[in-house]
Amino acid sequence: MLDDRDRIFTNVYGMHDRTLDGAKQRGHWDGTKDILGKGRDWIVNEMKASGLRGRGGAGFPTGLKWSFMPKESDGRPSYLVVNADESEPGTCKDREIMRHDPHTLVEGCLIASFAMGAHAAYIYIRGEYIREREALQRAIDEAYDAGLIGPNACGSGYDFDLYLTHGAGAYICGEETALLESLEGKKGMPRMKPPFPAGAGLYGCPTTVNNVESIAVVPTILRRGASWFAGFGRQNNAGTKLFAISGHVNNPCVVEEAMSISFEELIEKHCGGIRGGWDNLLAVIPGGSSVPCVRGEKMKDAIMDFDYLRGELGSGLGTAAVIVMDRSTDIIKAIWRLSKFYKHESCGQCTPCREGTGWMMRVMERLVKGEASVEEIDMLFDVTKQVEGHTICALGDAAAWPIQGLIRNFREEIEDRIRGRGAAIAAE
Amino acid sequence: MMRARALPFRKRPMTDLADRVRDIVADHAALEGPLLPILHAVQAEWGHVPEAAVPVIAEALNLSRAEVYGVVTFYHDFRERPAGQHVLKLCRAEACQAQGGAGIAKLAQARLGIGWHETTPDGRVTLEPVYCLGLCACGPSAMVGDQVIGRMDREKLETLIEGLRA
Repeated sequence: MLDDRDRIFTNVYGMHDRTLDGAKQRGHWDGTKDILGKGRDWIVNEMKASGLRGRGGAGFPTGLKWSFMPKESDGRPSYLVVNADESEPGTCKDREIMRHDPHTLVEGCLIASFAMGAHAAYIYIRGEYIREREALQRAIDEAYDAGLIGPNACGSGYDFDLYLTHGAGAYICGEETALLESLEGKKGMPRMKPPFPAGAGLYGCPTTVNNVESIAVVPTILRRGASWFAGFGRQNNAGTKLFAISGHVNNPCVVEEAMSISFEELIEKHCGGIRGGWDNLLAVIPGGSSVPCVRGEKMKDAIMDFDYLRGELGSGLGTAAVIVMDRSTDIIKAIWRLSKFYKHESCGQCTPCREGTGWMMRVMERLVKGEASVEEIDMLFDVTKQVEGHTICALGDAAAWPIQGLIRNFREEIEDRIRGRGAAIAAE
Repeated sequence: MMRARALPFRKRPMTDLADRVRDIVADHAALEGPLLPILHAVQAEWGHVPEAAVPVIAEALNLSRAEVYGVVTFYHDFRERPAGQHVLKLCRAEACQAQGGAGIAKLAQARLGIGWHETTPDGRVTLEPVYCLGLCACGPSAMVGDQVIGRMDREKLETLIEGLRA
């Protein structure tokens, strides 16, 4: 289990003072000027050495992403954009950072922006997060008043402005280019890539979009050293991570743990075990609603990191939002509900996604009721393959994967229901 | 960039709407990408984005009416019609379903006598589904106005609805 002294987020549960004074007592904003004094290249190299992979779901190495930003400006400004549009069903980690430990994020914004030569950063927070917006704005105001950000931030001679803007309830705005469109005041429709945001992002200027957690861990990594952070987890899956466990466990919670912890340890140590014991475990969605579900019996020995979940189980760590489902769950109905969500949130720009999500949902609807033929399972699988990878953004993939996971792992249940053997259980 | 939402919404006569919208636009003129902040401000003022506001905003920002209308309808948070006095949102996502969210939703619909996206005839309560409030560790979750509520159960919901209707 992760030692308390190795925790980056020391106030996830809001038990301590969340103001600037409280944050300083917990070690934040300590020596920020000296960190900036070591220069851009040092920060980027240190981030690369730490092995931090993006915490928003895709797991792209953060330091590498930063190094794509231009070293010399061609006249255009650079921007950092923080993606706080945490809307993935099951995911509730960034909320705790912004609500209870907002200064980790504010300090991270300053350091990350400095490392990329950005004098302005935008935090795009989702419309539903109202208390979080207030807490974060308060932290930003405190930092301005204390001279930590603003002109000559922390006395480093670097000018830095931080803006907080809020969305208006569209899931797709969590996609990085849709988020940029939304920041520009347009409909949140993803852009074609390339050009990638590092070349032409916000208002056509070089931009890096990072997840809240990726940015909030930066100051602590730089203070304690890349090797400290890299010391957690398996090769290539470094660091500590906020896990958000919900569903049928005795004590659902958000907890910071070392990467590559086993699923069993995570559940037993922090969540009081599975409701009704391990034999009652039906399925787990290990990384938020867009990754395929995994059968319970395969999950017990699973290692919670990017490479194991993808390589061994055909799923993914995603945002580390672990949704646990016990045997009282109607798994077909649960996946149908996700299909319905993706249909609702498809922006309508690409035909395979706009039409395919509706198609998939309607076939799923019939599978729930058992009013389909067995061949239709293969047809549905085929449809998911035609959506996956044929759209501008990853929403098409995200809609296809849960269904593929269902068919791969629970084909028997679907067939039983079609043959009328398994009576539909109420998904209560 | 953040402004406190004035809740409950001040009732304003629609006659001075165009002038007031122009004021709001002027307040945000210094911003980059000002359309969303403007629409948030308009909605804070009238509780929805009135149809008559669209051409005024479009003209002021040098956009087409279709572009502004497209943005208004794209985002779930912007309403084209006023909502009830209270907006009750219930989370419909997986984690909350696992904790009995479906039963809570049914109860709410039965008690209020309305379906999703509908408003009670007395104009007190609007019921809306929401996909994930990010309160998954304490589901089922709900939101009234800008207040989130975790660990919703039947009893809590009954009391809540009683309070909203009173």
